[in-house]
Parts: sequence; structure tokens; C-alpha cells
Amino acid sequence: MYKNFAEVKNAITSGVSVLEIVHYYLQNIEKNKECNIFLEVFSDSILTQAKLVDQKIKNKQAGRLAGLVIAIKDNICYKDHRVSASSKILKNFCSLYTSTALQRLLDEDAIVIGRTNCDEFAMGSSNENSAYGHVKNPLNLNKVPGGSSGGSAAAVIANTCTVSLGSDTGGSVRQPASFTGTFGVKPTYGRVSRFGLIAYASSFDQIGVFANTLEDTALVTEIMSGKDSLDSTCSSKQVEKYSVFEKTEKKKIAVFKEVLHNEHLTEDVKNSFSSLLNNLKNEGHEINEISFPYLDVLVPTYYVLTTAEASSNLSRFDGVHYGYRSKDAVGVEETYKKSRSEGFGIEVKRRIMSGTFVLSHGFYDAYYTKAQQVRRIIKEKTKEIFSNNDFILSPTTPNSAFEINSVKDPIQMYLQDIFTVHANLSGNPAISLPLFKDKDGFPFGLQVVANNFFEKELFSFSNYLVKFRND
Amino acid sequence: MKIDKSTVLHIAHLARLEVKEEELNQMQEDLEKITDFMDLLNKVDTTGVEPLIFMTEEINVLREDNAVESITQKDALKNAAHKDSDYFRIPKVKG
Repeated sequence: MYKNFAEVKNAITSGVSVLEIVHYYLQNIEKNKECNIFLEVFSDSILTQAKLVDQKIKNKQAGRLAGLVIAIKDNICYKDHRVSASSKILKNFCSLYTSTALQRLLDEDAIVIGRTNCDEFAMGSSNENSAYGHVKNPLNLNKVPGGSSGGSAAAVIANTCTVSLGSDTGGSVRQPASFTGTFGVKPTYGRVSRFGLIAYASSFDQIGVFANTLEDTALVTEIMSGKDSLDSTCSSKQVEKYSVFEKTEKKKIAVFKEVLHNEHLTEDVKNSFSSLLNNLKNEGHEINEISFPYLDVLVPTYYVLTTAEASSNLSRFDGVHYGYRSKDAVGVEETYKKSRSEGFGIEVKRRIMSGTFVLSHGFYDAYYTKAQQVRRIIKEKTKEIFSNNDFILSPTTPNSAFEINSVKDPIQMYLQDIFTVHANLSGNPAISLPLFKDKDGFPFGLQVVANNFFEKELFSFSNYLVKFRND
Repeated sequence: MKIDKSTVLHIAHLARLEVKEEELNQMQEDLEKITDFMDLLNKVDTTGVEPLIFMTEEINVLREDNAVESITQKDALKNAAHKDSDYFRIPKVKG
């Protein structure tokens, strides 16, 4: 029930109140407590807001998203509500403003049910790096939901909200979408304002959407997108009607040989993906198997650049202006060092250290400049691919969800993002579609990448692909 | 890449982090593994390639220079660990 916005709207038309719908979701939150999805349920404000929306519906003044109940990742600011980036360093921090992306949804009468657990500062691929405990996958409590937006993905599949927001720096929306069987989109870099998103790596971060239907994913993206005077990297390009799907003509689809024959792919992933490609060929689409010789360097390039940006972005957490301050620090330098060391978790420290290293004297050119050069090569190559192709297809992840505590080596964990980081390095829009299941019934996604700012085409083609869903 | 302990401590200082004696070995090992992984970049020939710095396609984003109050002083102090009526308070600097 109320698994998507269409069901919510039908219920409202037949006389159900938004307040009743909220109570239904609150019950599901209670039932799924063990999964540790929500860091905080906004119990008071959600009921007040629901009543207000009910009043607006009654007065026929309601916005396009009246009845939509959203959960937000704990790195998206919502005025007068707490936000912690799942870190001890921001425990009890209260937002002074609302992020632009969220504000646009609120302006259309969406309401926020709570903030969801994630990897600390969005750094992780399994949601095991939260200072507030890991999130369990509602489909199987022994498995991870993926990360870093694991709580937001889990919130949607556990039916605790209509849609949720996450953020995607290297795959943090698409990978958990793959692991939970939900839709998850990362828009083009600059499509959605980053104002009010707690920064991890500013030239990579984008806010994205999780939903149980493509329609909801597209609609929420459409409303969040567009120019914002508070984020000068945000594009002034007009936003098209993503939620109105066009009919799909015959498409040219690029597939990387290095992905098809990748050693990390499980049998199930390999077989499902190959059989989808056959189906598409049979339907008359052109499948171009091309070589992409940079697959092995995507993740290392990503790590040099994102850790560098993170080390700079996270320098604001100094224990002085806001956030955790160590009790026993003496003097300024110790205040910085002790507050940060006690406030940040191990993965965050590891990345700050890596980033500081690649930016430090003597190593800057060999690592940071080198990675920026490789990034240009990757972006140019991607542009060239899109001059001959409409989309790039791959599995979203090389495997379905893995067991909690089963991946211990940081490098192995980083390789979880092998197929998703490409879109963040080149800025392209990408979506994970819940098309596949492995032999044990666990979902994994198909990733579709489109040309920059071709969200409309991305959603329209995805709508065509959904008919290949294997349930 | 081989990274010695004094480099780890130097990086930690630059990052304003403390690496305790018992954490030092692990951090050293992790950084070596991570830099080895990053060294894969050397496979790519980047001779003559301009580094890519900005991802946005926007050029010269300008706006009117209007004075707007973003947050009040009260709000700015709201999340401070220590404060008095007008200031952030920090531990004593001079003995």
C-alpha cells in the first residue's frame, strides 16, 4: 500500500487523508526498527505538515506533490531539523536553512518524515561506516543495503515513505538502488543545486532520488532540477518535462567489452546482462561493443580527486564554530586535532589523510594533477562515445548485496563502485533500474548512462526498458 | 608507495588529525595500499593534457550585488560548542 505516488493520489481522491497515509508509514518505520534506517523520525513536524496539506487539498490549493512523503539522507539540510552526516562530529547539529532541492519539493507540498542513516559524510559503499550503527537490508537482515545512501534506499523498499533523497558522489544512490531493487537516479552534474547538501567532493556530488516507480523518480527529479542563485555550478539550462515519457525509437547502445568480460562480475550478473542485450538486439536496437581502456583507472582517479576535495571540504569541522568539541583540548591546535580525531570515524580519517597526502608538497603533481588530466581524458572519451551512441549500458554493480562485515579491505570496498564512478567523473546522468534478480532472488540493477543533460531521454528509454523487468 | 611513519605523522599534522601510537601502523599500511592503488593512474599517458578543474558548463555566472542577510548572529552561534552572548569561545590560547 502507498508504494508509489500514484497509489497515494488514488487514496487521497477516494477520501483518505494525508495524515492517515503518514500514520501508515510511521507504522512501517516501527516495524522495520531493526534495520536502523532512520536516525530521526520528524514525528512532530510531519503530523503538523500532514494536517496543513490536508487543509490545502480541501481548499483545492494543493501543490503537485501533495501527499508525497519523503525521507531525506542525513546530509541534506532541512531548516530547524537536525542533520549529522551520520557523524559524531555533527551530533545535535541543527540546520539553519533548507537545501534548494528539498525546498522545491516542499514548495509543491511534499512533506518530510525523517532523516535516514548513511555512511559517515557519504563515504562508503555498504552503510557500515555510520557513527550510529549500520543499516540492514530490509530484503535480508544479514545483508548490507549498499551505500552510502543505504538508509534512503532501505526506506523506500521497506515502504516507510513514498520516495527518498540520497546523494551520489561515486555511485551512492545507484549502488544501494541496485542492492534493494529500487529505482535510483543521479542527475547530470549541475542539474540539481547542491546548496544545503553537506559537501563530500564538490565536483562530483549530486542529489538523487530513490523510488519504487520510474514515474516518481522522474517527477521528483524534474521538480528538484534547475538554476539556483545559491549554487553557481548549477546549470541554467531549461528543465524539460522528465515525467512525460516519449516513445522509444531504435537506439544506439554502447557496451564496454571491459565490462562484459570483467573478472568481478558474478555469473548471475553476467548472464542477466547478456540476455538483456540479446533482447534489445532482437528488438532492433544497435548494440555497439566498444573498448573503454580506462575502466581500471576509474576508481583510482575517483579516489585521488574525491579524497583531495574531501580533505578540503571537511577542514571546516574544527570544533570552534559548530559541531563536536573535545572536552580536554588545551589551546587552538589541540582543539582542532582532538575534536576532529574524536569526532570523525576511521574511514573519514583515512580519506582525509589520503586527500591531504595527494595535495601535499612533493606529491601534488604526481597524484592530484595527474588525476585531473586523466579525468579530462575520460570526459573527452565519454563525449566521443555519445557522439555515436545514445546510451551506455552496464550492470549497476558487479554483484548483488553482500553480507554485513564481509568486505574488510578498503580497496575491495572501493571497487564496489567500479561501474558507477564513471558517470561522476564525466558528469553524466545515470540511473539504476531494478530489472534483475540472482538465483537466490536478490535484486541487482541495470545502469543506463546518457549524454549530459539528456535526462528526458534517459527517463524515456528507462520507461521502455522497464518491460524487461525480471520478477 | 612506501610511506614512512614520519610522513604519516606529517600528513596527520597537515590534516589537523591525531594519529595515536597504536593507530600508526594501520594508518601507514592503509595509506601504502591506497597510494599503490592510485599509482594505477601511471598507466595512462597524459603528456600534454590540460588538467580538468571545473565540471560545470556555466561561464561567468553573475548576479546583482544585493545585500541579503543570510543568517543572523543568533543563528550563527546556535550550534557552537561554547559561546557567550556575542562570540564563539575557544580554550585559552596563552598561559
